[in-house]
Amino acid sequence: MGGGIMNHEEALNQIAAYIDNELSISEADTLAKHIADCKVCQLEYETQINTISLVKKNANYFEATPMFLSQLDQSIHESVGKSTPKNVIQKRWNINFGISWANIGTMMISLIALVWSTSLFLAIPNTEERLTDELISSHVRSLQVDHLSDVISTDKHTVKPWFNGKVDFSPSVIDFAESGFPLEGGRLDYVNGKTVAVLIYRHNKHAINLYVWPENNKDHQIKEESRHGFNAFQWVYQGMQYWMISDLEEGKLESFANRVQDEIIKSRPQG
Amino acid sequence: MIKLVLTDEIWKLAMNESNRKQRFQTTVMPHINSAFNLARWLTRGNQEAEDIVQEAYLRAYKFFDSFHGEDGRVWLLGIVRNTFYTWHHQNKLQTQFVEFDEELHGSEANENLRDDEYNPENILIQKDNQRIIQNALNQLPIEFREVMVMRELEELSYKQIAEITQVPMGTVMSRLGRGRKQLATLLHSGINNGGGHNEP
Repeated sequence: MGGGIMNHEEALNQIAAYIDNELSISEADTLAKHIADCKVCQLEYETQINTISLVKKNANYFEATPMFLSQLDQSIHESVGKSTPKNVIQKRWNINFGISWANIGTMMISLIALVWSTSLFLAIPNTEERLTDELISSHVRSLQVDHLSDVISTDKHTVKPWFNGKVDFSPSVIDFAESGFPLEGGRLDYVNGKTVAVLIYRHNKHAINLYVWPENNKDHQIKEESRHGFNAFQWVYQGMQYWMISDLEEGKLESFANRVQDEIIKSRPQG
Repeated sequence: MIKLVLTDEIWKLAMNESNRKQRFQTTVMPHINSAFNLARWLTRGNQEAEDIVQEAYLRAYKFFDSFHGEDGRVWLLGIVRNTFYTWHHQNKLQTQFVEFDEELHGSEANENLRDDEYNPENILIQKDNQRIIQNALNQLPIEFREVMVMRELEELSYKQIAEITQVPMGTVMSRLGRGRKQLATLLHSGINNGGGHNEP
């Protein structure tokens, strides 16, 4: 918007962009000079800065509830049959085979539903679905409320004893810093009606939560339970349930889950 | 023979649908909280926000083919906003004899006040500040409130906000400036009046 002397109204109008770093260097320079000489603009600048910080500090960030999330999944799921290009398909089938559309339509919708549910929402019982939702929302919460760790330490000898007396089991605490997944700390969380241990790892900027609690289920290998853009892998070993959740890329998280599982098996051999 | 072809065709179609859904899960679904937060600030009610977000996601899924892998959050928020305005417009028509905005936030503010009196937790200053800011933001005209939510809470750039709101970046700038100033005035008068709602 040109250099030199600035129109006051124009300057006043640009203060927001100046604060938000949205002006070019030359525009910002010109404006800064004007503000230095203009009491009204100084006041405006301070008012805006104060308002921003008040809003950032106090305004609620409203999150979707887990219940709403599963409701949303459900309704998208139900809309699938409707969003397929029926007309085109109907014509083709009618001409080629003369089979009634109704049958094909029904078949197709159920097949789509089947592929859908097997590929995305593994056919798991409702309670397990709820558990996945609960864990993912716990993971999201841990990132958002700035409450990732109760004990912050990269030293497994600090983290492991921290759980003593807080939970009645002793999770394996292993550091994977040398493979780029440093241990960041530990936390207690409340999931599925019980207190669970959470180990926090990090890979680059991605936080990884590993939930651990005793479970009477039979041992099973790693299963994928990803949803809502978060990747999750769970397994059971020697009466301990492990859930690993992160927004880290699926392949990387899976190989990390495998790595962790291997190390835990090594540290707690069978028999 | 026919049976085989048929199954194959259906299978292909189903697989396409499944890929599409998977892509949707990774590009659009993760922005659910951004969508909900914007809708909640626009509608000022939880139930309304859920309705808007649900409708918006169904639309997004339906028109997912028009998404070419740009910014998933911007794309989704644009749809949330459009869905809201359609709803808002219909609502306004239905309640044209009532001053919609004034009524809504008037009663909300009163409810909040009532809640606070009986809620011991609200002795906490933090909670009080939250309420004051929320009431003040809710009183802002929508076009100011939405840009402030997108900038201050979502930390979107002017370019992203301009894309969502379909206005030039210069307009985003002046709405932010005016919104912040008006909010400061509201907060000021609110504090002088004991933090309550003070519109005639």
